[in-house]
Amino acid sequence: MASLATRFGRGAMTNSWEDIKNADLIFVMGGNPAENHPCGFKWAIKARQEKGAKIICVDVRYTRTAAVSDIFVQIRPGSDIAFMGGLINYVLQNKKYHEEYVRHFTNATYIVKDTYNFDPETGLFAGFDPEKKQYDRKLWDYERDENGKVKKDMSMEHPRCVFQLLKQFYSRYTPEVVEKITGVPKEKFLEVAKLVAETGAPDKSMTHLYALGWTHHSWGTQVIGSMAVLQLLLGNIGIPGGMVGALRGHSNVQGVTDLAGEGRFLHGYLRPPRPEQQTLKDHIEANTPKPWDDGSMNYWSNYSKFIVSLLKAYYGDNATPENDFAYSFLPKQDKLISWDEAVDRMFRGKMEGLVSLGVNILANTPNVNKTVKALSNLKWMVVVDVFEIEMASFWKENPEAIKTEVLLLPSALFAEKDGTKTNSGRRISWQYKAVDPPGEAKSEYWLAGRFYMKLKSLYEKEGGKFPDPILKARWPFQNPYEPTAEEILALEINGIALADLKDDKGNVVLKKGERLPSFTMLRDDGTTACGMWLYCGVFPQKGNRAKSIDLSDPSGLGIYPNFGYSWPANRRILYNRASADPTGKPWSPKKKLIWWNEKEGRWVGYDVPDIKPDLPPEYGPFIMLPEGRGRLYNFFLVDGPFPEHYEPYESPVQNVLHPKTSNNPVVRVFKSDLDLLGTPDKFPHCATSYRLTEHFHFWTKHVYGTSVLFQKMFVEIPEELAQELGIKEGDKVRITTARGSAEAYALPTKRIKPLIVNGKKVYTVGIPIHWGFEGFVKGALANLTTPYVWDPNSQTPEFKGFLCNIEKVV
Amino acid sequence: MELTRRTLLKASGLSVGASLAGILGFDPKPALARVRELKIARAKAVKSICPYCSVSCGVLIYSLTDGAANVKPRVIHVEGDPDNPVNRGTLCPKGATIKDFINSPRRITKPLYRAPGAKEWQEITWDEAIEKMAKLIKDTRDRTFIEKDADGRVVNRCESIFWLTGSVMENEAAYIWIKLGRILGLTALETQARI
Repeated sequence: MASLATRFGRGAMTNSWEDIKNADLIFVMGGNPAENHPCGFKWAIKARQEKGAKIICVDVRYTRTAAVSDIFVQIRPGSDIAFMGGLINYVLQNKKYHEEYVRHFTNATYIVKDTYNFDPETGLFAGFDPEKKQYDRKLWDYERDENGKVKKDMSMEHPRCVFQLLKQFYSRYTPEVVEKITGVPKEKFLEVAKLVAETGAPDKSMTHLYALGWTHHSWGTQVIGSMAVLQLLLGNIGIPGGMVGALRGHSNVQGVTDLAGEGRFLHGYLRPPRPEQQTLKDHIEANTPKPWDDGSMNYWSNYSKFIVSLLKAYYGDNATPENDFAYSFLPKQDKLISWDEAVDRMFRGKMEGLVSLGVNILANTPNVNKTVKALSNLKWMVVVDVFEIEMASFWKENPEAIKTEVLLLPSALFAEKDGTKTNSGRRISWQYKAVDPPGEAKSEYWLAGRFYMKLKSLYEKEGGKFPDPILKARWPFQNPYEPTAEEILALEINGIALADLKDDKGNVVLKKGERLPSFTMLRDDGTTACGMWLYCGVFPQKGNRAKSIDLSDPSGLGIYPNFGYSWPANRRILYNRASADPTGKPWSPKKKLIWWNEKEGRWVGYDVPDIKPDLPPEYGPFIMLPEGRGRLYNFFLVDGPFPEHYEPYESPVQNVLHPKTSNNPVVRVFKSDLDLLGTPDKFPHCATSYRLTEHFHFWTKHVYGTSVLFQKMFVEIPEELAQELGIKEGDKVRITTARGSAEAYALPTKRIKPLIVNGKKVYTVGIPIHWGFEGFVKGALANLTTPYVWDPNSQTPEFKGFLCNIEKVV
Repeated sequence: MELTRRTLLKASGLSVGASLAGILGFDPKPALARVRELKIARAKAVKSICPYCSVSCGVLIYSLTDGAANVKPRVIHVEGDPDNPVNRGTLCPKGATIKDFINSPRRITKPLYRAPGAKEWQEITWDEAIEKMAKLIKDTRDRTFIEKDADGRVVNRCESIFWLTGSVMENEAAYIWIKLGRILGLTALETQARI
């Protein structure tokens, strides 16, 4: 989500699943939704059936998505940015971009400082420090006036304006270069480019769908950014059927991301305090941006209201203006301990304990051998799950030597709990409990209550280090030993008024104790408690909107305004102000969504406007960015303001564009005796891992119905390679990489063809991931083979594109 | 364990045959004329959400109970919710088998403990489990808590516990666990979104 947040302002799918039906072209690359999101992909089929939309699928394999596509293009794993660069270049060279959209709604007109540079020979941007493997990003900033406002050239002709830099940067990505890098014949590429470019017309829109096929790279954030650039150029963001569709994995991965399950944020994308921010004032100042352009709504200017309301939700009456709202209770962190860093620290013996609710890091993390060692080095581990998962029983391999103390606690699964979930389209819906969990299994609500009350009593009795945040936490539940989902949603996530709230005229608009109707009501004086500003409004005084199930859809656009509640503020299409031109008129009657009503002086339409309703049309649509405009040029990423093609860290070929810098120069790699990397002389083939439609990660091998469908671990091998190696269907084979090996059954296939990449024949082997040593059916953990190499922006591992060898097991 | 569709079909075929034989002991006409009662006719249905992918399809979960205090309702059927706009009643092969997920005999039903170096799990009570969990966390936190960093700045953090919140947890469950992690002063928090 690092990518879309820094391009558009929010890290989420821009439109909903249902909105796919409004697309004229559905472009699938970096995902396989027909198999991994089958019921959502139905909307793409509907677009084709009902309005003749075309579907394009670009993938390394011929998938079921490919099978229903109008055009299928097979590319080599890890060459995606080159393909995207080719599309961007095609749109720019052939003037297919939506010029007025680009001029007014993107940063194309912004002038960049002359310290920015990209050297096509070395493949490096300005400011690279080879020692630290870091860029000095200050050199990439915009040129600004004395007030910090960016200098612009509305004609977009200034040689250092973003538009000209973009054109120059991507001019290298000709169809010939695309063919050389990706293995896609030039003619095939041009066939796709022509269709994509057509959606630059104001009455056309393209939906792009991607998932882990794009995030699982050492430059995953950048490839997603390349699609954001393309969609901004085509004017496809903010309109019906126009989106960058980040198809998330689990059913509530969007919700847990919004809630900051990861340590890089606090709930609602607030920033964890840093050590240099010793007071709340320091923290607020550092996180409250000034507008960089006229007509920038700059919504993060409200930061103080969100963080103070969070502190009030956490510490209640113990957070007062006098004690800086208990700001000192929040940990101050300067180093991000993300997944890669945490497992590496465990491996180095720098962590003592681990608490996991519904995560299986042994199966999920690349390089299983390293993870086993990491878990063995822990003093203790608490695993809360519904099954005995691999992570919980990792010690069984060598019980005497492994000293880790393990608790495995039985939890409830979805059918046994109330609560809300947020789908990929940001819609929050209620899930009702059907039955009690089996045996002594308990819900996480019960466990949280019991655990907190026990911890609190231990600190009361025994004392301990800095007990205040624990003893003084707000725990506003009727039964503190078992909070209910509805209580948490009402009192913590949505939040309440802590005093009578008055408007400008002094009238009471919300009484003390009432639930907040919207995040626009939040205050920074301690009179509101709201732990999750982004979801504020889901449970107003009039009732729980997550439970609303009204199926009416007045516009016919699939908005369903009263079914569930979409963050933020029940908007279904993000950045929808961009569906209207700079004067506020819809770009096209066909793509009409919201518009400026001159008489009323406000935005009106089918969706909740994604802008303050009375802000005139001069204001830009990307309200979460200080520019107010979408970023074609983005200096917030650590590896460059424009997406550049780098090879996967393990690649069968050298980078055609700049062999001197073949890989992402700021990639995250670790150096231990188990962090091994391979070279093509020993491991000649490309490999990629993926999921099957009949399975879900490592859970469904514990489920009878799905275990029946795919019982044995197998790998897909190009027929030609199988022939060369004398491998037949059903033979046992061994996949070996620098990290380790996995045995599986061979499935020679026509679905993955060899490609000619820069004159070299490259084979790709496919590894489905669903097996392990616990379950009805068993098999090798696919991650025995994968490399411990990570995207430097998102800290996501490179599962798609690494090197392997394959041999028959005799 | 070898699982085949045939063993499943065999089992269900037998039970249908047996019940027909029972009916045929009487005059078969009224019995044959009657429509067989739906298996969900007396079940309770609730709206839920499929736990797998992020389409988050609406599902209806049917459970059976006679209402007696000592009888636990059991899930007997799951189907796509026709009144959910995203899936309109459809389900994929994973979603269609979530009844087996809920009722899986592989579910763990008791707190388990593995002592350092032990070869087996040991069943413990919840009271023991929660006491152990709280003590392990408190002990590590108290020993490794960093009040000030090397520059003397107040940081009040604990970096030695890795806190993982699963991405299938409900917003409310996730919120409360993340809040617990933060009030403990933890900074190493993660979820599957990264992976």
